Amino acid sequence: MFKSVLKRSLILRNLKSFKVPVSSHIRRIHVTSNLWHGEYEWQDPKSEDEVVNITYIDKDGNRIKVRGKVGDNVMYLAHRYEIPMEGACEASLACTTCHVYVPPEYFDKLPPSEEKEDDLLDMAPFLKENSRLGCQIVLTKELEGIEVTLPKATRNFYVDGHKPKPH
Amino acid sequence: MSYKLLRRVFSSSSYNKRPQICIVGAGPAGFYAAMHLIKKLENVNIDILEKLPVPFGLIRYGVAPDHPEVKNVINQFTKVAQTPSVNFYGNITLGKDVNLQQLREHYDAVLLTYGAEEDKTLGIENEDATNVIAARNFVGWYNGLPCDKDLKIDLSCKTAAILGQGNVALDVARILLTPIDDLKKTDITEHALSALSESKIKEVYLVGRRGPLQVAFTIKELREQLKLKNCRTIWKENDLADVDKVVPDLPRPRKRLTELMLKSFNEKQTMSDDGNIKYFKPVFFRSPNKFLIDDKKQLTGIELICNKLVGEKCVPTEEKEILNCELAFRSIGYKSVQADKDLILNDGYVRNDKGIVEDASSNLAKVYAAGWLGTGPVGVILHTMGNAFQVAKLMHENLNNIDDKNKGGFEEIKKIINKSNSNVIDWNGWEKIDNYEKEQGKIVGKPREKICSVEKMIEIAKK
Repeated sequence: MFKSVLKRSLILRNLKSFKVPVSSHIRRIHVTSNLWHGEYEWQDPKSEDEVVNITYIDKDGNRIKVRGKVGDNVMYLAHRYEIPMEGACEASLACTTCHVYVPPEYFDKLPPSEEKEDDLLDMAPFLKENSRLGCQIVLTKELEGIEVTLPKATRNFYVDGHKPKPH
Repeated sequence: MSYKLLRRVFSSSSYNKRPQICIVGAGPAGFYAAMHLIKKLENVNIDILEKLPVPFGLIRYGVAPDHPEVKNVINQFTKVAQTPSVNFYGNITLGKDVNLQQLREHYDAVLLTYGAEEDKTLGIENEDATNVIAARNFVGWYNGLPCDKDLKIDLSCKTAAILGQGNVALDVARILLTPIDDLKKTDITEHALSALSESKIKEVYLVGRRGPLQVAFTIKELREQLKLKNCRTIWKENDLADVDKVVPDLPRPRKRLTELMLKSFNEKQTMSDDGNIKYFKPVFFRSPNKFLIDDKKQLTGIELICNKLVGEKCVPTEEKEILNCELAFRSIGYKSVQADKDLILNDGYVRNDKGIVEDASSNLAKVYAAGWLGTGPVGVILHTMGNAFQVAKLMHENLNNIDDKNKGGFEEIKKIINKSNSNVIDWNGWEKIDNYEKEQGKIVGKPREKICSVEKMIEIAKK
């Protein structure tokens, strides 16, 4: 418990020193007013201190390395580099189209998921212990080298017999 | 540059040809498929035909007005529609203005994504009684679907029952139980708002054939219902008995959902009823046997058969009970319609093999189905997206095998349509409707005030 509180305060301190929009909550404010979101992710890192390297592993197993920066939202960053991660609700926590898997060593470094995110993840096919929504992950220095894996598509219901829940 | 050119040469056997693709239905499945195709094909023309003058299907007409975040996907679909290779043609009905054979003659591939627009019926006595309403029509009514705008519904009674325990059933319950002031800020239609503001509904039953471990609704929707202002949830004492024993062994989604139900069940209800409190009452293990009516064919109640679980299966018992209510909704699922005589429907969706609609006339363009029309009406937008991407991928692969002959596409279809219908609405027309609705909304402090008549839509679009 203490450890996680400490960890979180460290993350916050880290972010403050870079003076960037720190959380997805703050960035969600302009979500409905503008057609183009994720402008921040289109800015290159201003210095090496800001750089956070991230690897996306797409559904075909291709590894795509991206030089991100502190404060980048993992979903919008993926959009910039044309990685096939959707974001239907534009990070407003209303869908699961940006579902990813995070390796345990990085999973523990992320701020814990909110109830709302967990509720949505429950609807995602191929849910695992290390599932998160890409739009809720904001890069910090601590996450240097993180790898996120996209689920094996929303696999064919016809082939594997997966039946989604009725709506 | 040269790489691009090379890729084009190799990606299509007929590189000098621009494939003509027709998508029927401008809902999420249609738009997601178009999104995939324009990403993969540099040289393509996609025409999206839509029965209504306006796009977005269930995003506009299914998603509840108090879920505006879910509608954000409209922004992405708008970008797709604004791509030069994509055209929107609204107010065109398959099977009426144009038939499937004609589309297959003039396009290289036809994708059907027209969804599931009919509701499943219970097939029990007095289902046609006054105030027995299809949840589907109620949703269409509060969301402004033109064909549902005149729905006859009497909300002057105290008790309503919803038959079904899916997310649509919870949407209906929530709209009936939400304080009216909270709905005023949404894009709910004016006619629904005015009827709901006069509503005398005090309690809403949510009746399920099976038990709490089999409910079809998801946790997000249930949590919203449980958190509703001025609303108290009453569970039946015996319904949740022994459920806590199996909770630890459930898979995560079912476990969290069941834990939430148990938490609500065990909570001390402290809300004192000052007359403004409403009640949400889930009922399990009950199947409707018949609707009870008075001599004016007005609903007075529902006769329910009590069920019990035997293993995973739900079986009826001899026991019956009466639920007194003057309003009932059936919310047991949707089915697709046979829009064209060439289509074969099975169990409420079009017969297809991994998205390819089988048929004998192989000399015509291939027909595909995606979204609810192809998979059956199940799943949230993520499932529709995944399915649409998959079918579009298959279409893309198969486009390599089409003939070299250039197809006329919409130029030819226009000639056919003009005979019966001269009011095709393009994207520009939709943008006029969109702006008009937003302006009308501003006046009353809503995100938009939807136009609920097709004639009015056409009038605005043609201005």
